[in-house]
Amino acid sequence: MIDWLQIISNAAQEIISPTTAAYALAALGLAIHFGFTGLLNFGQAGFMMLGAYGYAIATLTLGWPVWAAILTGVVASIVFALILGIPTLRLRADYLAIVTIAAAEIVRLLFTTNTWVEVTGSANGLQGYKGGFAALNPIPPGTYGFGPWVYNEYDWWVRIFGWGLVAIAAFITWRLFKSPWGRVIKGIREDEDAVRALGKNVYFYKMQSLILGGVFGALAGMIFILPRAVVPSNYQTSLTFFIYAILLLGGAATVFGPIIGSVIFWVLLSFFSGFIARAVEVGWLPFLTNVQAGQLRFILVGITIMLIVIYRPQGIFGNRKELAFVK
Amino acid sequence: MAHVASRPLTRRAPRRLAAVLLAGLVSVLTLSIAAPAAANEVGLDEYDFKVSGLVELADEPLADVLLVIEGGGFRVEVESGQDGRWAVGVPERGDFTVTLDENTLPAGIAVIDENLEQPNVRTITVGQSGSAVANFFIGQGERNTTSLFDQVIERLLNGLNFGLLLALAAIGLSLVFGTTGLSNFAHAELITFGGLMTLLFGVTFGLPVWLAIPIALILSAALGFFNDAALWKPLRKKGVGLIPMMIVSIGLSLAVRYIFQLFVGGDTQQLPGATDTTLSIGLFGLSWIDVASMGVSVIVLLGVAYFLLRTRIGKATRAVSDNPSLAAASGIDVDRVIRIVWFMAGGLAGLSGILWAYFRPGVSWDMGFQILLLTFAAVTLGGLGTAFGALIGALIVGLFVELSTLIIPSDMKYVGALVILILVLLVRPQGILGRKERIG
Repeated sequence: MIDWLQIISNAAQEIISPTTAAYALAALGLAIHFGFTGLLNFGQAGFMMLGAYGYAIATLTLGWPVWAAILTGVVASIVFALILGIPTLRLRADYLAIVTIAAAEIVRLLFTTNTWVEVTGSANGLQGYKGGFAALNPIPPGTYGFGPWVYNEYDWWVRIFGWGLVAIAAFITWRLFKSPWGRVIKGIREDEDAVRALGKNVYFYKMQSLILGGVFGALAGMIFILPRAVVPSNYQTSLTFFIYAILLLGGAATVFGPIIGSVIFWVLLSFFSGFIARAVEVGWLPFLTNVQAGQLRFILVGITIMLIVIYRPQGIFGNRKELAFVK
Repeated sequence: MAHVASRPLTRRAPRRLAAVLLAGLVSVLTLSIAAPAAANEVGLDEYDFKVSGLVELADEPLADVLLVIEGGGFRVEVESGQDGRWAVGVPERGDFTVTLDENTLPAGIAVIDENLEQPNVRTITVGQSGSAVANFFIGQGERNTTSLFDQVIERLLNGLNFGLLLALAAIGLSLVFGTTGLSNFAHAELITFGGLMTLLFGVTFGLPVWLAIPIALILSAALGFFNDAALWKPLRKKGVGLIPMMIVSIGLSLAVRYIFQLFVGGDTQQLPGATDTTLSIGLFGLSWIDVASMGVSVIVLLGVAYFLLRTRIGKATRAVSDNPSLAAASGIDVDRVIRIVWFMAGGLAGLSGILWAYFRPGVSWDMGFQILLLTFAAVTLGGLGTAFGALIGALIVGLFVELSTLIIPSDMKYVGALVILILVLLVRPQGILGRKERIG
């Protein structure tokens, strides 16, 4: 018999899970790039990876305190944004797409190679960097919560920190895109030449947007590693595609779209995976093995991306008038 | 090379040699700096199921040997510990392949098993017990030493072979981009499809290779055609923009890739003849398959060049690439040209996939995706939308990837090619043969 309560409870946990927060923040960064500025960044996984490794390496190898470790990840992502932006922001959109996807793979291969195993941990990744963060935890030890959301003090601290960051980032984004700066950015998305004709330096605005969204990505990478270890195989291009699916689901040119999109995405994915796995176990799907059932989620995400782009390009919360896609 | 007698993969052996030399050098360097503290247990807390094992050389444990455990879309790497033991957590029951990376063995030894074609690869099943064991017992083997000159020639020929097969895929991608403006990420799955169909007809159905390959090519071309007819043409008619279409192709690529995995599983399978030692020509580690592969590539590429430069429809294709509206206005049937281009792109990608399956060697569900970025790099290097630029770009990328392994560790060989892509965009953004106005 299928344990529906367990499946629903697992899905409900995803609503506030740190992974959901990390994807929401990464998608918010991508919303700044893609939704508001029209930059096709396919390397968000690279920004997240730099944030994660910047934090972990600064903590483990250099022994720095938490604030310095966070700063390391942020600085690494800013440098990465500059390296990506300088050659490509003057070019057509699809060049940025190819360069960012290539650069994210370069970053992943550099962290995976055995050459710097003492620093990067190679394919095994890194762990044991959580001490400094846990020491800042103001919550007294114990187990708190109700219903499906019962966690210990560290798990709550990770969730509060993660969602706190998401809230701050969402507020900053909301304020920014109400400001003159935000209007210029949206103008660049609609018609670059018109903005240029008004005397704005389009290149610098695009660069600022790339850096801001990249920093959000790096912070997302840090939230992502707090409940788990840093493993390079987590940062493949499919991570970026997942974030795109979230962004398109919620609405690319919105502030709350990526956040709600992330919650919906993870709740549905958890529900779907849980249901399929149990259904295979009780023999409802005799033609599938357990391993194959695990792959269905990727197929589902791929098809979701296609259907949203074709039939509802503005996403759930987007405004059709505010074009989700640059021409 | 004593162990090669049991290993049919003669042509891979020298290639591995260079990598081993480098890996040995690197491990000596890293050991001299600090003893690497790599964990030999990965993800045991995270997952319920376990795969573990032991790496031994003549009853002595071997440390720091890299093992890759793959299956069901899951992949994890682990290094053996000081006692030779390793263990990883896996998310589910099912079949997993454990691949021992021979590059991380100390120089001069290899995995030996007379009964297996690939003794360093094991397939194990995590069953009801929730755990499985894969042990590797390693014997002493001799290794030949190859002179630097021979190594350079060998890399050069390998690079040429790789570049030519990459060119087949890149030209198709470039023609599609030129005529429709689509950056098709699902091109990777057209490449994989060629390899998979050859596997299906040549191995599963047991047809002879000379019959299986043409069938696979026809099916690949048909898939290319079907791709356009079922998806891209309706989207063009609907007026969907180029960037949304590109994102659709990413979704398609993700979905189709995992559909492939659903059918063929996560492990690598060999095409007929891919591991046949009798086919070696005994020169620079080449086999007759390599020679045939290069020959086929050159002939097909010449054919494509003839088509584009000399035939009416080829000229029409170039006209559409140049300016679709003008081409339509001068009486060219643009839709027909696009249909033919997709047909060709499918066939060329399928052929490239078959050759890639012999080059790697092996057919796997994500083999096309592994070279997709290099294909894009080739197309961008040569100039987006120019067929001959894609050819030149592919040769540069192929040679660069192979030659760079003489200097950098082989696990970073793709890094070099991608760095070159970014550097070229800095200096000459339109690519080698691209025209300046194309960059917009």
